[in-house]
Amino acid sequence: MKLSQLNPGEQGTIVAFTDLEMSVKLMEMGCLPGEVVEVERFAPLGDPMAIRVAGYQLCLRKNEAAVIIIQ
Amino acid sequence: MADIRIALVGNPNTGKSTLFNLLTGLNQKIGNFPGITVDKKTGFCTLNSGKTAEIVDLPGTYSLYPKSKDESIVFQVLADKSNPSHPDVVVLVADATNLRRNLLLFSQVADLGLPMLLVLNMTDLAKKEGINIHVDKLAKRLGVQVVAISARDSAGIEKLRAALSNVTLISTQAKSIDVTIFAADAIAAIKTKINTDNDYYALQVLHQHEHLDFFTSRQQEEIEAIEKANHFETNTLQAAETVARYRHLSTILTDVVVDLGAEKKFIVTDKLDSILTHKVWGFAIFIGILFFVFNAIFSWSSYPMGLIETGFATLTDLGHAYLPAGLLTDLLVDGVLAGLGGVVIFIPQIAILFALISILEDTGYMARVTFMMDKIMRKFGLSGKSVVPMIGGIACAVPSIMSARNIESWKDRIITIMVTPLVSCSARLPVYTLLISLVVPRKSILGIFSLQGLTLMVMYLISILAAVLVAWVMKFLIKAKEKSYFIMELPVYRMPRWKNVMYTMFEKSKTFVVEAGKIIIAISIVLWVLATYGPGDRFTKIDQKYAAIEQYSKDSVQLASLERDRSAEKLENSYAGVLGKAIEPAIKPLGFDWKIGIALITSFAAREAFVGTMSTIYSVDSGEGESTTIRAKMSAARNPETGLPVFTFATSLSLMLFYAFAMQCMSTVAVVYRETKSWKWPMIQLVYMTALAYVASLVAYQLLS
Repeated sequence: MKLSQLNPGEQGTIVAFTDLEMSVKLMEMGCLPGEVVEVERFAPLGDPMAIRVAGYQLCLRKNEAAVIIIQ
Repeated sequence: MADIRIALVGNPNTGKSTLFNLLTGLNQKIGNFPGITVDKKTGFCTLNSGKTAEIVDLPGTYSLYPKSKDESIVFQVLADKSNPSHPDVVVLVADATNLRRNLLLFSQVADLGLPMLLVLNMTDLAKKEGINIHVDKLAKRLGVQVVAISARDSAGIEKLRAALSNVTLISTQAKSIDVTIFAADAIAAIKTKINTDNDYYALQVLHQHEHLDFFTSRQQEEIEAIEKANHFETNTLQAAETVARYRHLSTILTDVVVDLGAEKKFIVTDKLDSILTHKVWGFAIFIGILFFVFNAIFSWSSYPMGLIETGFATLTDLGHAYLPAGLLTDLLVDGVLAGLGGVVIFIPQIAILFALISILEDTGYMARVTFMMDKIMRKFGLSGKSVVPMIGGIACAVPSIMSARNIESWKDRIITIMVTPLVSCSARLPVYTLLISLVVPRKSILGIFSLQGLTLMVMYLISILAAVLVAWVMKFLIKAKEKSYFIMELPVYRMPRWKNVMYTMFEKSKTFVVEAGKIIIAISIVLWVLATYGPGDRFTKIDQKYAAIEQYSKDSVQLASLERDRSAEKLENSYAGVLGKAIEPAIKPLGFDWKIGIALITSFAAREAFVGTMSTIYSVDSGEGESTTIRAKMSAARNPETGLPVFTFATSLSLMLFYAFAMQCMSTVAVVYRETKSWKWPMIQLVYMTALAYVASLVAYQLLS
């Protein structure tokens, strides 16, 4: 399942990335495989989204969240 | 000269700048890193040992692998020993509430082998959230001094000063991960090629040599060849390295960080976010805040501005009364002093604007604005991150264009740079305030909103609308080089750090006054000369003509008006008048006369010269001894042919629109050239903005008059 498909309040564990270049950036920001992510909210217009991961809040666009595969 | 150079390195939002301000006080300056236009903040601080330390504040970054131009400076400074900012000691500032992510950068920097010291900032916050950090254990495991501080309330600063005093200039940190496992052969080859014994430096060179300008083109080719021969895959290896580092850090942090109240820190932020980024309230509050800012600029500044205005009027009077009459006095009083008054008067407004913007950034609200606006901005070819340069553009386009460096995608960045100067900057504020106060009545609507403030807000909205529309057009004209992305930390809300706000306000206002002031005073002097002398013997002829009339007239009232007519006729025949007249045919359809024409010419270099020019022209015009304020002079100005006021609503609006759209700022042209490294973009910008200004003024004047 993709991170972008979750609803606010739902959680998942990162298992893989579908885009190598994006994965480097995400991992530096703490989005590592095995890490639990929770969708906090979507921006007023539905995109981007705010997630909580590794003890802080991160915002990213839906198409970027779509490269994160979660369980 | 300082005894030791210390660099502050850390993630964004770790309170690095607060610490910098604490250590250096007002003893700091903002310059540029040589060759690149990244702000370089340096300051000096005396250590307990009596030695002086030069402190360099490097841009915030999450990793040594840069994602934007700003971040690339960190590796350049740390890696290149010949770089003039290369530090003796690195102080890594980490956010204690999120230690693991912050230590990723620590472990990278540590592997470069520079002497280091780790500062845990925000320890007060961490404690409140139930996070306990065993500092001594951490220090032992990392092999460096660790100092826990809280820069917000200055706690632990003395300990830090002491630690800095006895820091060794030999690196002591423990080795983190063995990077040779990633690309053993390539690293070995690079080490001999560039003559280094540091494995991690060699690996970094393999990754980002294209962006390092301290290698010769021949070295670059050789590094490229090593990469090819070893099938060096930069993305895969970076991913592997990051995973390995985090794994290593998990071991380091076991039993070091004890988190008892996990997630506590989000309670307040969550509540605030549910309102501030709400579908309806979010935007309503944003617009409300914008309106508050504009209202504050107008209403809070009126008292100090009044004081400055009368102050300069008094000085002008005193100058004319006590200085010996003559050309030099005229130059000083009507040239320099008039021009200076035109700059100084706007200090209150600019200070208020910068203070409010820095409060918005400091509290974390600006990041939410970015978050809310991204979808809209993307429709127009911009990114949510373009909001910050564009809101910053309300203050000044020059630093804002530089801050666009945070935008990773080339296309988003170019479009942001191209439209940011359209956003009404503080230099236009003087023009707007002057013209609005001339033609918009001092009334309020519903008892609270001043009509003048509302007009000002409309001017700003027009400018933002124009910027967005131009961006939308450019979205179709400019081709993208790479994917744009938007991954950004949303910091927790905090109270603004008032000291930081004061520093920003002081620094920015000072820069405006000094930078703009230099140009304006120079232009004022040139202008005074142009307005005081004329080509050929025109002035002598005018003097002769009036002398002849004077002989036949005995009426004193008539004599007084005669003096004014003579000044006016002289101005008309001066070099400035001739120039203004020369462009009058082109600007007449916009509702401008030749006097405004002179102001347009002088504003070409810097638009804030408008008010100074107007003061100078009308001071010369009114002759000596009549020192009323510039506003009074302008509202009294009459068209000599029709006898009607020059500054009608139509003319003033047309003039405001011209100043809103025209590219009248040499500094912006220069910074766009530096940022885009070509004349193509600044030239396109100059042409499209001037055309836009002309058409907008033409349409407005023709419709309203």
